[in-house]
Amino acid sequence: MYSEKVKDYFYNPRNVGEIKDADGIGEVGNPACGDIMKIYLKIKEDIIIDAKFKTFGCGAAIATSSMATELIKGKTIDDALNITNKVVVDALDGLPPSKLHCSLLAEESIRLAIINYFKKIGKDTKFLEEKSNSCICENCINEQMQIS
Amino acid sequence: MKIRYFDHAATTKVNEEVIKEMIPYFGIEYGNASSLYSIGRKSKRAIEEARNKVAKAINANSKDIYFTACGSESDNLAIKGIAYANKEKGNHIITSKIEHHAVLNSCKTLEKQGFRVTYLNVDENGIINLEELKNSITNETILITIMYANNEIGTIEPIEEIGKIAKENNIIFHTDSVQAIGNVRIDVQKLNIDALSMSAHKFYGPKGVGALFIKEGIKFDKLQDGGHQERNKRAGTENVAGIIGLGKAIERIYENFDEYNEKLTNLRDYYIKNIEEKIPYIKLNGHRSNRLPGNANISFKFIEGEALLLNLDSKGICASTGSACASGSLDPSHVLLAIGLPHEIAHGSLRITIGEENTKDDIDYLVDCLVEIVKKLRNMSPLYEKFVNSINTGKEE
Repeated sequence: MYSEKVKDYFYNPRNVGEIKDADGIGEVGNPACGDIMKIYLKIKEDIIIDAKFKTFGCGAAIATSSMATELIKGKTIDDALNITNKVVVDALDGLPPSKLHCSLLAEESIRLAIINYFKKIGKDTKFLEEKSNSCICENCINEQMQIS
Repeated sequence: MKIRYFDHAATTKVNEEVIKEMIPYFGIEYGNASSLYSIGRKSKRAIEEARNKVAKAINANSKDIYFTACGSESDNLAIKGIAYANKEKGNHIITSKIEHHAVLNSCKTLEKQGFRVTYLNVDENGIINLEELKNSITNETILITIMYANNEIGTIEPIEEIGKIAKENNIIFHTDSVQAIGNVRIDVQKLNIDALSMSAHKFYGPKGVGALFIKEGIKFDKLQDGGHQERNKRAGTENVAGIIGLGKAIERIYENFDEYNEKLTNLRDYYIKNIEEKIPYIKLNGHRSNRLPGNANISFKFIEGEALLLNLDSKGICASTGSACASGSLDPSHVLLAIGLPHEIAHGSLRITIGEENTKDDIDYLVDCLVEIVKKLRNMSPLYEKFVNSINTGKEE
């Protein structure tokens, strides 16, 4: 079901842990849905010099968090914001369709960590906050669609 | 890598003796049981012997046993067949919220066709409430269908009491016994069971064959049109080898009943005791003692079941989870939600179901692996981090 790359990042995840004095922290998901992703960033002169994660979730959720942290390390903030879920999925040689929402969580948690950092340094974040930052798992999206 | 199999509620390995009895019916004994010549009659005789074995195992009459292709077909035939044939008496059916999907979805189909279905609640152990059952009965109630034992949490339902209530109210009682056969002694007469489903591959028989007991006098419609096989209730040339396998498997499992169940119960309790001693923040799901001998369903808090299963798989261990992520659906197991588990605890459930080839050494290996894997996944879990921080803050205060 999972590619060799996903298995590798799941069984041997890179960048697991916390950064005690993180400059930005982003957390998305909901325990009820079975996925929570928390990303910690260390940022110096607009460059992400370290990224770590903690994830509650399935194999795909853990692998995408790990891959996402690896992809943004050493990148500028602008470049990191361009790392979409598609980039993460491609880097993992694909995900099963039912697991694609896990990659959205990774993209969203990075975005929230950067917003958190911008707020700390007093930078305008309006351009980033247009998207909803409620839970974006499949379950909650369906629920929101039913309500609206 | 050595495979350690702990998923006997999913399926079992066909026993050697069972295979041996089946083999002639694939080759030399290929006659169609409906044919009049000698090799046809030979197949017919073998089927009737298997029918006797099934009947004997549950204390039923042989002519009340119908062979099917699986447990799901037996459930469909019993529930829909009885509903259609008795609809002039009423349109109400009572079942529970924790049934297998073969039962739940049969009921859903009947609802679309105008039947009314009551889905009984269960308590935190998964046991139905007998008062709620009594209160749900109306003049329109024609069928009560409650599983003998639950496939996920192993809880055994109060079948004798349900049978009594059904009999007193003149309502047909069907029980999905797919998980119970071989693990519980069943006497359909003593328990007032009118219909009962089973599946061979859950008790070391082959896949592709099931059986349905329906007591003489209970009206039910056939669902499949065709020839006159199975007393005109289930058309289709009989799966002779499969039926022979089912017969042998049920005979064999009840011959060794006490020894088999004692072994499973001991291994199950040994597993639960070890996990409870070695891993904190867990919850045993289902009733502690009133459960199937081989079933242990435990939630490991702060982690998710599919991640647990993948790690176990990498160590050669086969098990199962009620997490949504592993099932492809959006919600965790309907059984775990019905016993009142919050979603996040249901996501972290692990079901192991022990079978006859498992040893104490297998359980030791499983427990050692779980200690390591649960630790690894918790160290990765933001929920666990939050929990640990809240404990530490509490201590400082």
